[in-house]
Amino acid sequence: MTEDIDRSEAAQARDAEEHSGHGDYITHAKSIRSWMFSVDHKRIGILYAVTAAIAFLAAGVFALLVRAELLIPGETFLSAQSYNQLFSLHGIVMVFGFIIPAIPGFLGNFLLPIHLGAKDVAFPRLNLFSYYLYLLGVILIIVAMVVGSVDTGWTFYTPYSARTGPAVLFLAMAVFIAGFASIFTGINFIVTVHKMRAPGMTWNRLPLFVWSIYSTSIVQVLATPVLGITVLLLFLERLLQIGIFDPALGGDPILFQHFFWFYSHPAVYIMILPGFGIISELIATFSRQRIYGYMAIALSSVAIAMLGFLVWGHHMFVSGQSVISSVIFSLITYLIGIPSGIKVFNWIATMYKGSISFKTPMLYALSFLVLFTIGGVTGIMVGVLAVDIHLHDTYYVVGHFHYVMMGGTVIALLGGLHYWWPKITGRMYNEVCGQIAAFLIFVGLNLTFFTQLVLGSRGMPRRYNDYLPEFTFLHQLSTIGSWIMGLGLFLVLGYLLVSLFRGKKAGANPWGGATLEWTHTGPRPDPHNFHRTPFVTRGPYEFDRIGITHTETAEADRDADPPDVVLNQDRT
Amino acid sequence: MTGSFWLPDGASTLSSEIDSLFHFVNWASIILFVGVVVAIAYLAYRYRRRPGGPAPMRVKPNKMVEISWVVLPTILVLIVFNWGFRLFVEQSVAPPNAYEVYVRGAMWKWDFEYPTGAVTTNELHVPVDRPVRLVMSSADVLHSFFVPAFRVKQDVLPKRYSAVWFEATRVDTFQVFCTEYCGMGHSVMLASVITHSQGDFEAWLASAGVDEDTPLPELGAQLYQQQACIGCHTLDGTEIIGPTFAGLYGKTETLDDGSTVVVDDDYLRESIVDPNAKIVQGYANVPMPAGYTGLSERQLSALIAFIREQQ
Ligand code: HEC
Ligand SMILES: [Cu+2]
Ligand SMILES: [Cu+2]
Repeated sequence: MTEDIDRSEAAQARDAEEHSGHGDYITHAKSIRSWMFSVDHKRIGILYAVTAAIAFLAAGVFALLVRAELLIPGETFLSAQSYNQLFSLHGIVMVFGFIIPAIPGFLGNFLLPIHLGAKDVAFPRLNLFSYYLYLLGVILIIVAMVVGSVDTGWTFYTPYSARTGPAVLFLAMAVFIAGFASIFTGINFIVTVHKMRAPGMTWNRLPLFVWSIYSTSIVQVLATPVLGITVLLLFLERLLQIGIFDPALGGDPILFQHFFWFYSHPAVYIMILPGFGIISELIATFSRQRIYGYMAIALSSVAIAMLGFLVWGHHMFVSGQSVISSVIFSLITYLIGIPSGIKVFNWIATMYKGSISFKTPMLYALSFLVLFTIGGVTGIMVGVLAVDIHLHDTYYVVGHFHYVMMGGTVIALLGGLHYWWPKITGRMYNEVCGQIAAFLIFVGLNLTFFTQLVLGSRGMPRRYNDYLPEFTFLHQLSTIGSWIMGLGLFLVLGYLLVSLFRGKKAGANPWGGATLEWTHTGPRPDPHNFHRTPFVTRGPYEFDRIGITHTETAEADRDADPPDVVLNQDRT
Repeated sequence: MTGSFWLPDGASTLSSEIDSLFHFVNWASIILFVGVVVAIAYLAYRYRRRPGGPAPMRVKPNKMVEISWVVLPTILVLIVFNWGFRLFVEQSVAPPNAYEVYVRGAMWKWDFEYPTGAVTTNELHVPVDRPVRLVMSSADVLHSFFVPAFRVKQDVLPKRYSAVWFEATRVDTFQVFCTEYCGMGHSVMLASVITHSQGDFEAWLASAGVDEDTPLPELGAQLYQQQACIGCHTLDGTEIIGPTFAGLYGKTETLDDGSTVVVDDDYLRESIVDPNAKIVQGYANVPMPAGYTGLSERQLSALIAFIREQQ
């Protein structure tokens, strides 16, 4: 039986025939060159995936080392200096090498054009160029690592960063370059969404993943230049000894913090918005249900992207900024909490009267709802002016943003990776291993970061390589949690690698998804995605009324619409 | 440490109200969280996919539900904001009769200077039941002054004053942390606040800073600890962050530029007050912090006498 849900077997057979000649996007050309210089958005997506995965692995290992050092009070195997370098590298590589580029670069590239019914992004060559800028950025980060002694944390606060070792210059350069990759990708995606939609793909028929990538792109384009300017100024200050941020030269360190957070708070949304998009796709498909409040979710992403520019000062309540600005920043911070809350309620409501399957991707989506809620409410807590005075720069903040970044973005990315894995590789992974790993990661993550919330509110400052005896027990729990989480992640790496070579061949639509990549491409998409431009006649989650057709065969395909009963069967 | 599960024991006039706010937000969060989890669990079970199960049904959006989940959270956060805001203003404005102490953060120690001119290092002595205002600045990079028991924290900046105030409510010793990352010694940039009853504090202040009778080497030994030299220089020959003091006096030291110098009183003095003038070989990456210009002549002589004794 065909696994495709809304296209006739005849249509598929015809596709297969037409394509027997040149193969899908992976098999049609095999040389290394054809990968390194490909302008195919799907191949570029995979280049991003591999690079980001390596960055994630490295940064994850740094984190495990940091946690291991904290297992026993006192200096064990890392000196204070190496500890500081490791947590800095963990932060810098995670943020700039992995979490910012990963979802837009990998899944965004792979899916955005297909979701729109387009052949490619608007500027395929620029897309390849962005990738190489990003790669160069990551390599420079590694060079800085080898040169050594960057110990500023990912925040590069002056004047400390103006005094520490010279490698900080390399890092600034790396971040500057990676920033341009981000800007170009953003521009590319915005133009693509505006200009490349297939006939009938109206704004309210866009998959929510597209909406989220679109909002992210806006933030990337508007915020990243500020980061570029800031690191450039940092660079010039170091090089020419002109006073901008360093008070010893007449500069102002608070100015640096304003610049830095003017980028880095919106950057938080660059990190989390694409995750929101993935979660919308997962919950819809695995509940076989239209998204509840499609427009609310779509527009709240845009609202978050905009409001996100007005709250940077909530990182600076104890920095010495004026009381009145702290008050304003706190108020706006709450306002931005509301749209995020609405999304969570909408996702939960989507499950109502659905038909819910608990495959690995859905397990990640459900974990996301739980973990992101914790991240959200702890965010409200640190936004409370009077309470943040106590919590700022403690482990509470560390716990909070790891719930959002790890429990939110990384979990969403893992869910997306498992969901689209068959589409990308054409193969299935081992479902049992997938579920075990999802469970391990969920448990490990909570053990690691919940203990950090308690550590922090009890007074444990962050970025300490040693701690008072009273904190020992909680630190040890947290470290054990990090091992469980690490085990889960290595398990994922293991079975996905096995699946690449031994996995069962996947059908074109193993989950019963209704977006174009499932209904209008083969198990793996063709080099140009579609043989004919799709003609879109329905929204992305109308599982009960599938009406996407090829322009030519509109009638035939509509006749072949499968009835609800078929939809309701678990086909995998 | 005692206190609740979440917070250490509070010991300032504002701490109990800050704690109430914390617990209010925390309980509201827990209720919301439990609600979310129960809803997910129920829906996941009720609508699980199973053979012969019902087909998914379209759901008509319900305006009342949607309005309520926008309006209720908004009201809740506005209450929390308002409460946090009023407390924050109280935290930010010190009462006019506050006792002022000047605080100087430096890599990696805290100096406290009292109105009498007495100076202590890494130990802040204050009276209870009286507002204390700390006027702070940094000798080098950013630091942050954090006393968990008082629920206060404030960044300390170079070339700029910042201030924080509290009123301690009991006689005890409280932990101080530096919470703005400041390099290698960040985790050991600790201090304590020692609170005294009003009478005891006067007595302490009267005796503080008086060291005329102490013999120089003994005073040097005290300063070695108080001034945090102990964090970087050992007396037993091991090298930690800086060179050991054992056998230092009289030996020939090789400097970073390759030249050599015989360690005598002058060299020691210069090494302390202007550490960057001559940097010992192998230490150029993390030279000694230049935070010791405030030492008096007598204190310097005491330190030198102390180092001279470490043979
Ligand atoms: C944060 C660590 C640190 C602290 C605290 C510190 N020093 Fe140093 N000290 C160093 C380092 C590193 C060097 C070697 C680099 C240099 O010569 O500047 C050094 C060098 C010296 C030297 C020269 C040693 C030699 O072998 O020639 C003397 C003397 C000295 N320190 C005295 C002191 C005294 C007295 C104090 C306390 C008042 C003190 N130091 C506090 C780190 C520290
Ligand atoms: Cu922020
Ligand atoms: Cu510090």
